[in-house]
Amino acid sequence: MRMEQPYILAENVTFSYEEEEMGPVSLVLDGVSLSVPKGQFLALLGHNGCGKSTLAKHCNALLLPTGGAVFVDGLDTREKDAVFAVRQRVGLVLQNPDNQLVASIVEEDVAFGPENLGVPPEEIRQRVDEALKTVEMYDYREHPPHRLSGGQKQRVAIAGILAMRPDCIVLDEPTAMLDPRGRQEVLDTILHLNREKGITVVLITHYMEEAALAGRVVVMDKGKIRFDGTPREVFSRVEEMKAHRLDVPAAAELAYLLRQKGMPLPNDILTEDECAAALMQLWEEGTA
Amino acid sequence: MVRDITLGQFFPGKSLMHRLDPRAKLLLVLGIIVFIFVAGNFLGLAVIFSLVVFGMATSGISIGRYLKSLKVVLLVILITSLFNLFYGGGEPLVEWGFLKITMQGIRNCIFIAVRIITLVLASSVLTFTTSPTQLTDALERLLSPLKIFRIKVHEIAMMMTIALRFIPTLLEETDKIRNAQKARGADLESGGVFQRVKALIPILVPLFVSSFRRAYDLAMAMECRCYNGGKGRTKMKVLHFAARDIAAFAVTGCACAGVVLLRIFVTHPYL
Repeated sequence: MRMEQPYILAENVTFSYEEEEMGPVSLVLDGVSLSVPKGQFLALLGHNGCGKSTLAKHCNALLLPTGGAVFVDGLDTREKDAVFAVRQRVGLVLQNPDNQLVASIVEEDVAFGPENLGVPPEEIRQRVDEALKTVEMYDYREHPPHRLSGGQKQRVAIAGILAMRPDCIVLDEPTAMLDPRGRQEVLDTILHLNREKGITVVLITHYMEEAALAGRVVVMDKGKIRFDGTPREVFSRVEEMKAHRLDVPAAAELAYLLRQKGMPLPNDILTEDECAAALMQLWEEGTA
Repeated sequence: MVRDITLGQFFPGKSLMHRLDPRAKLLLVLGIIVFIFVAGNFLGLAVIFSLVVFGMATSGISIGRYLKSLKVVLLVILITSLFNLFYGGGEPLVEWGFLKITMQGIRNCIFIAVRIITLVLASSVLTFTTSPTQLTDALERLLSPLKIFRIKVHEIAMMMTIALRFIPTLLEETDKIRNAQKARGADLESGGVFQRVKALIPILVPLFVSSFRRAYDLAMAMECRCYNGGKGRTKMKVLHFAARDIAAFAVTGCACAGVVLLRIFVTHPYL
């Protein structure tokens, strides 16, 4: 089977924040190779300091690899002339929504990206309205951002990226500072973008339940990729995940613990519903 | 407390005042402020005041909002006019020791109060009907001739936009830090002036540190959105002068001419 043309391609990327002359350097990224096809929903997991945020910043040329190379849509991020083309294609959403908004009115903030790209005024208007409708914040277009909830602010930040018409959005722990309701809003928006609009999504998260929604899970530790597979494959390796100081979804962990006690449960349980169904089946078999 | 601040607040709308070009509004308000001080008597001030009231009426914003903006400067108005009450020449009406109230003093007191009120209301009309982005945009366009002196007009305007955007965020954060320090037993309310100023340090230091972190984040977010200075930038809302702007200039111009004429020809001491 021929591999699909990757949208983002990292080839043996190494990166260090320190200068080369200062003796032995500690590598934040240590030989990372990753290929993300168009339209994929990829969840990137890892303990704090594992290099996942650093990898995210390589995807839109905020950081350039010390060794190796990153290609976006065939463009080398090290090419100076390609920087803005790369950033238009791959948008990055950060953790704290407060620090990402530039203007004091929602719609004017969303317009910031297309304004920088030199888009004609009528088209900016169109893009801004479309982006705000996509994240369901159109009714708030004339509000000042500080009057919005965390989830709403983060959706405005996503709209600000969407207005640049990117092919891919990288989100660096976008739900970490939000309450459960805001988290759900943002997650629904992300799913909508991926499933309805066909936008490639790279979601960095600490919430395993969020990662379980993705089509592919990549786990990083100490600057290297440790696991790469579907959520079912990755979360069935409970012991190895624990060894990398990571959790698995609660349902997967429960099934794992029950298996340890000798209950014959399948090892690819991911959601609460699946876990409940498997237990029910087991119970019915037992009583029959 | 923080949320009560109406200073520099913008209320979105579609009124005539909202649709005026922000450059026109900025220039007109500057003009009005100058002529508030040119007006030397009540008649002149009345002309300017009615112009400002006309502006308020066409802004579609409730009078309550304007009164609220006056409340913020109430103390300033009271103190300034009180000083003027005792500071006037002529025959004293009442006298306590070195304090004396004269007819001239009462006149000055009211005059100053009306002057400040007009001033505040005029600037409120501007900030209530013009979004901060429009305002800085107008400033950028008006100052753009300064580019020939290598003044970085776009950067100045961008800094103002960001400053205005972050005022509420930082105020909120100040509140949060203050509460956090109080929860740790910090005493912010008692003691003399020196002690109170000293008590501010544990609030200002974290605020300072966190603003740097915010600045770093914001710079990164702006880079993500392809910010590259003013070069090649377009605007969603393009500014263009319309007939209504010319009309506004004409009306304000007439009023200002009236003020000058009244100043020259009306010389009654109490007017």
